Amino acid sequence: MKKNKLGVVSKIYLGLIFLFLYVPIGVLIFMSFNKGRNVTVWKGFSFKWYGELFKSKELMNALGNTLIIALLASIFATILGTAAAIGIHNFKGKTRAVIQNVSNLPIISPDIVMGVSLMLLFSFVGVLLNFEMGFWTVLISHVCFCVPFVVLNVMPRLRRMDRSIYDAALDLGCNQWQAFYKVVIHELMPGILSGMLMSFTYSMDDVVITHFTRGAKFNNLSTKIFEMLRKQVRPTVNALSALLFLAIILVLVIINVYERRAEKRAAKRS
Amino acid sequence: MKSRKLSIPYILWMLIFTMIPVVMIGMTAFRDKAGNFSLTPFVKAFEYKNVFLKSLWIALLSTAICLILAYPVAYLLTKMKKSTQNTVQLIIMIPMWMNFLLRIYAWKILLQKNGPLDMALSILGIHGTYIGNTGAVVVGMVYEYLPFMVLPIFTVMSKIDTNLIEAAQDLGSNGLAVFKKVIFPLSIPGVISGITMVFVPSASTFLVAEHLGGMNDLMIGDVIDRIFLTDQNTGSAISLILMVFILIFLVLMNLFGDEEAIA
Repeated sequence: MKKNKLGVVSKIYLGLIFLFLYVPIGVLIFMSFNKGRNVTVWKGFSFKWYGELFKSKELMNALGNTLIIALLASIFATILGTAAAIGIHNFKGKTRAVIQNVSNLPIISPDIVMGVSLMLLFSFVGVLLNFEMGFWTVLISHVCFCVPFVVLNVMPRLRRMDRSIYDAALDLGCNQWQAFYKVVIHELMPGILSGMLMSFTYSMDDVVITHFTRGAKFNNLSTKIFEMLRKQVRPTVNALSALLFLAIILVLVIINVYERRAEKRAAKRS
Repeated sequence: MKSRKLSIPYILWMLIFTMIPVVMIGMTAFRDKAGNFSLTPFVKAFEYKNVFLKSLWIALLSTAICLILAYPVAYLLTKMKKSTQNTVQLIIMIPMWMNFLLRIYAWKILLQKNGPLDMALSILGIHGTYIGNTGAVVVGMVYEYLPFMVLPIFTVMSKIDTNLIEAAQDLGSNGLAVFKKVIFPLSIPGVISGITMVFVPSASTFLVAEHLGGMNDLMIGDVIDRIFLTDQNTGSAISLILMVFILIFLVLMNLFGDEEAIA
């Protein structure tokens, strides 16, 4: 398509969309500097809720849990999903289609159905083996909805990969294992990394599935916020949102700079 | 490299954590509390048919508004330079990285009585309640899922062969005709996957209606959440109905769409 400059109307339209996307976040962050206890009434500027936030053991604990679950779930899902993608790639025709469709189930089925179905499983097995839902059941559930994203990200890379590089590595004296991690994994790396990143963010963002599989005692950030929203909201939630937002922006800027550099390097080489 | 064995752990994993739970939902839905075969859960689930219809209505409305808002954005994106494109895409994606609940909470603050919107509008002499109605739920929903509509449409649109557009122009089509006859028809697969990606989560979501809606805006997700605490059988029956409904919807959408656009 021709790259003409955007007209005034187009620019105004995009501006309004950006306003729609950012005004709520702006208000949320603005209210974190409110002196008063109430989230609505402005009572003057203060950093006090940030202090409260760091003093709150419950919230800090929940943050820790969120990060640990997201990290472990994305690592485990990446290993399981990459291996699965390579395996599935070697199946042909109908078998492959069936496996892939089952694998996509967690993506297409509603979160809430997946949450309650896992809860049924865990409480059933829990009665049999005498355990309670908590950290481990949340971790397993997160791996469940992360793996399909890894498979989806790695599959296209596999399809595009040239088989003869692997054979060449074998001819040049690599054993199978060396050829596998030096060639195959290397070729798949971009897909693996984006699958892992997606897993991490989905795990951080999930509310519904964690809500159903956390049991009585385990809390992460999502379930903690969930509880606070139902009872009494304090501006600590706003302070938390502001810091999370800042962290997101930082991570995205770092990724962006890194990608630009990689692109430049690639451009120099060619 | 030839090995299919590598997929065995995941196949087992899916069997245990995807297939068995679904089977369990099915089994629980056809039983009464004592564990005997029974259709009572479905009879009870039927009592919630109004909530079901309301959820579908809210989801439909949200999807339509998302489509109307997102289509021009996707179209404008294709007209930008590559670097601007990346930046604008990032700007659209960033709010999605905020926790789902915090995004609802932001709207709760914005719309509440004496909140920022209320204050701003009352300066202009307009008074009203902006929270606790279906409109607020739809706004929240559009906010949650708008990027899911923009991105697939943009992906499909940006793959349209420029030669086709130039050919149409050479053959005497003006801008509007090019859009109507080339760009729009070719963007349909993206529209279809956008509709799927917005409709499915918004029909089944919970918490949005609880926090932004009124008494009559309860959605099917909220009902499942509440009922599961006391009556797993009816909860399973409703979940099963919801799942079957969504599967039918996806099959219908797949008849028109192309799968590549989603991935």
